[in-house]
Amino acid sequence: MADRTGMVEKRGFGLWMTHLGLIVGLLFVFFPIWLALVASTVTQADIMEPPMPLLPGDHFFENYRKALVSGINAPVAWMMVNSMVMALGIALGKIVISLLSAFAIVYFRFPGRRTFFWLIFLTLMLPVEVRIVPTYEVVAGFGMLNSYSGLIFPLIASATATFLFRQFFMTVPDELAEAARVDGATPMQFFRDILLPMSRTNIAALFVILFIYGWNQYLWPLLITTDPSMNTIVMGIKQMFPSGDDFADWPVIMATSILAMIPPVIVVVGMQRLFIRGLVDSEK
Amino acid sequence: MEKRVTFKGLWLPLLLVLPQIVITAVFFFYPAGQAIWQSLFIPDPFGLSMKYVGLGNFEYLLGNPYYRASFVTTAIFSILVTVVSMGIALYLAVLADRLIKGSGVYRTLLIWPYAVAPAVAGVLWLFMFNTRVGVVSWYLGLLGYDWNHVLNGEEAMGLVVVASAWGRISYNFLFFLAGLQAIPKSVIEAAAIDGARFWTRFRTIVFPLLSPTTFFLLVVNIVYAFFETFGVIHTITSGGPQQSTTILVYKVYADGFVGQDLGSSAAQSVILLFIVGLLTIVQFKFIERRVHY
Amino acid sequence: MATVKLDSLKKSFGKTEVIHGVDIDIQDGEFIVIVGPSGCGKSTLLRMVAGLETVTSGEVQIDGAVVNEREPMDRDIAMVFQNYALYPHMSVFDNMAYGLKIAGTPKAEIIERVDTAAKLLQLEPYLKRRPRELSGGQRQRVAMGRAIVRKPSVFLFDEPLSNLDAKLRVQMRLEIKQLQRRLGVTSLYVTHDQVEAMTLADRMIVMNGGVADQIGAPLEVYANPATEFVAGFIGSPPTNFVNAGLAEVETPNAAKLGIRPEHLEVVSNGMGRLNATVMYTEALGAETLVHLQLADGTMITSRQAASDPTAAEGSEVGLNWQDRDGMLFDQNGKRC
Repeated sequence: MADRTGMVEKRGFGLWMTHLGLIVGLLFVFFPIWLALVASTVTQADIMEPPMPLLPGDHFFENYRKALVSGINAPVAWMMVNSMVMALGIALGKIVISLLSAFAIVYFRFPGRRTFFWLIFLTLMLPVEVRIVPTYEVVAGFGMLNSYSGLIFPLIASATATFLFRQFFMTVPDELAEAARVDGATPMQFFRDILLPMSRTNIAALFVILFIYGWNQYLWPLLITTDPSMNTIVMGIKQMFPSGDDFADWPVIMATSILAMIPPVIVVVGMQRLFIRGLVDSEK
Repeated sequence: MEKRVTFKGLWLPLLLVLPQIVITAVFFFYPAGQAIWQSLFIPDPFGLSMKYVGLGNFEYLLGNPYYRASFVTTAIFSILVTVVSMGIALYLAVLADRLIKGSGVYRTLLIWPYAVAPAVAGVLWLFMFNTRVGVVSWYLGLLGYDWNHVLNGEEAMGLVVVASAWGRISYNFLFFLAGLQAIPKSVIEAAAIDGARFWTRFRTIVFPLLSPTTFFLLVVNIVYAFFETFGVIHTITSGGPQQSTTILVYKVYADGFVGQDLGSSAAQSVILLFIVGLLTIVQFKFIERRVHY
Repeated sequence: MATVKLDSLKKSFGKTEVIHGVDIDIQDGEFIVIVGPSGCGKSTLLRMVAGLETVTSGEVQIDGAVVNEREPMDRDIAMVFQNYALYPHMSVFDNMAYGLKIAGTPKAEIIERVDTAAKLLQLEPYLKRRPRELSGGQRQRVAMGRAIVRKPSVFLFDEPLSNLDAKLRVQMRLEIKQLQRRLGVTSLYVTHDQVEAMTLADRMIVMNGGVADQIGAPLEVYANPATEFVAGFIGSPPTNFVNAGLAEVETPNAAKLGIRPEHLEVVSNGMGRLNATVMYTEALGAETLVHLQLADGTMITSRQAASDPTAAEGSEVGLNWQDRDGMLFDQNGKRC
């Protein structure tokens, strides 16, 4: 990256064309979001008389307060809490169980280790969408419909994170574990004092990816949360549309859409470097 | 690859893997086994008992015109989503890569739509193209085009494709930009000295060197289009009109939960499982090849 | 302080035996260097003493007690690793203190012990830094500090200097020697560098293919190598080997004659016991190395003082040596 000059087309007219091209792309990417933002600040009447305005109105607080406090079926604030619990539960739960099992398969030899390894390898291949009906039955059987555990557990039953940590642990020099043994550390002390702090960046990167994954779940919460007070925000938006010929309350729906984007966007932008790293790592 | 150092102990490692084993067994292997098992049965008309039909569900499905249509729909949908989102992302990545300064700014601006859930993306695009209030459909009307994705299957397909591809641009852009920036500048400069113009250089040097990234994204995007676009379709079209946007995953849901036909839904799951398996093998073959690059 | 005893120590990985039985009695405070080429089993031997590898058969005794089954921490040893194995996320202080913390040493004592070690190793200004903010030599010192604070009865060093540049290696070599003298702790030191072995060791173990070819004081080993391997491995440039027939050696069973370069004298053509052609010469300042080719094609080296006249490259010369400097080896490389 040190010297990336030297190519003729990067100056003058060509440079402006490059910027222009990128700005057109940005507009395409941002227009839907901008429109949602505008719609969340105007009145229902403004929207019902097309074309709707393209600049924000002054009903921002009114619409967002309405969404957050009363919503349509359930207060959106409450849905956000549900989403937050679900996203954090999935991210933290998956990280914890994966760290432990990766530690076991890398640093111990125990009977069934290979079998275990291949079993979790199989889980890499199957998204939850493929086994929804039987998984639903299992969750229903446990009485976990409309519960946080029902939202969380089926989505942490996959081994991507285990593989990631396994790969990272393999790169930790053997001598560190030996030095810890000479220092008298037990396996769990080594795990807590050395392996865990060394994995900080990987854990954080994975957290970003898993948080977004959890927050953005749609099908699963749609199936198992029949009680509006357990809806997550991402699935709750669709529930806000009226079933018959009634008009949808667009300002509130759009305010909810914006609210649904905010936490994951904050995580992505705020932890951009970790996010990119997590993305690249998890696809390797 | 194995570690030289291992700790002693039998119960400790078993205890460590226990949470994952339990969760995976209960919420993964058991349901997956159930899917396979159920795919061999059909419920009686009262839903009281199950009747063993062997591969009957599969035969029925493969002979069913709706299911076959769903296959075709899925293929068209996946190809379009993949081509559109990768095309736009590659275009933007090539432009950003040409910048000496500022590519980081564009990257920051372009990555955050990744955080938008497919279902939310669906709602945003639905809003723009809504037949009553949508801004875009209104302007199209001014131009004399009567947009109605509620009735027109092709328009519905176009809308779910764009909404799905839109949500994917960030991801593809990131990987393309990283791939482009990994190409040694000296190679491109050598080509420039050889007299190759930008487009020639792109076609003969850059694109071939980028092919591992491209191939990887191809597989990943197809998997995305197959499984993760449920939210887009459910919010925008609910599979309609006349099943014109009912992709396979949507059909599993529709038949299993709306239609309550568990045997058929399970058989569909098994077929999907098979497709994912194939895609995974393709991906692993590719990774293997990439190692030897 | 402690004695260490290895009693027909053997190690197998699967079916392959890599250490074929090593015996040695190490005195309290002795500095033992295990030297040999890579793959000779020297590190495995050390790791068995440390408790990082299991013992296949034989015994490791520390201070008279068999420690085969003891965990590393219960053997009262400390180890310095080749790549230092510093905990990257901990400060220098925490790196040194970790073992003591685990052992539940009172805080005041930890601080006191770490400070003492830091003073000894001139690490005081760096106690708060992370390993990556240190130079190679400083990291090396931290690794030694970590060993010192535990006040072990035995120090184990696994090629501790091989990651340093040549100049630093010489300096650290001296520091290790001084430190060991000062602390008087029994030490086992593994290296592939025969100069390190010569300069550091009270006694050295020359390992070859899983066997201790010779155990002895450095000068004794140098002057009187037990095998052809030891003669070739210890000393630089290495010992010259001349076919016994060519050198007209009459001892029965003798296959090769070994002569150290400094014992080989270049004389006028026809005046020596062997004739040779000067191929090229290397003037190193204090001394000059003359590389010669014998009639049967063998290359040999003579080391002479720089003040001696140097034969021209390409010229024919004679070679002389004293009988007492000739070392005879049989077919199996054993001394005869």
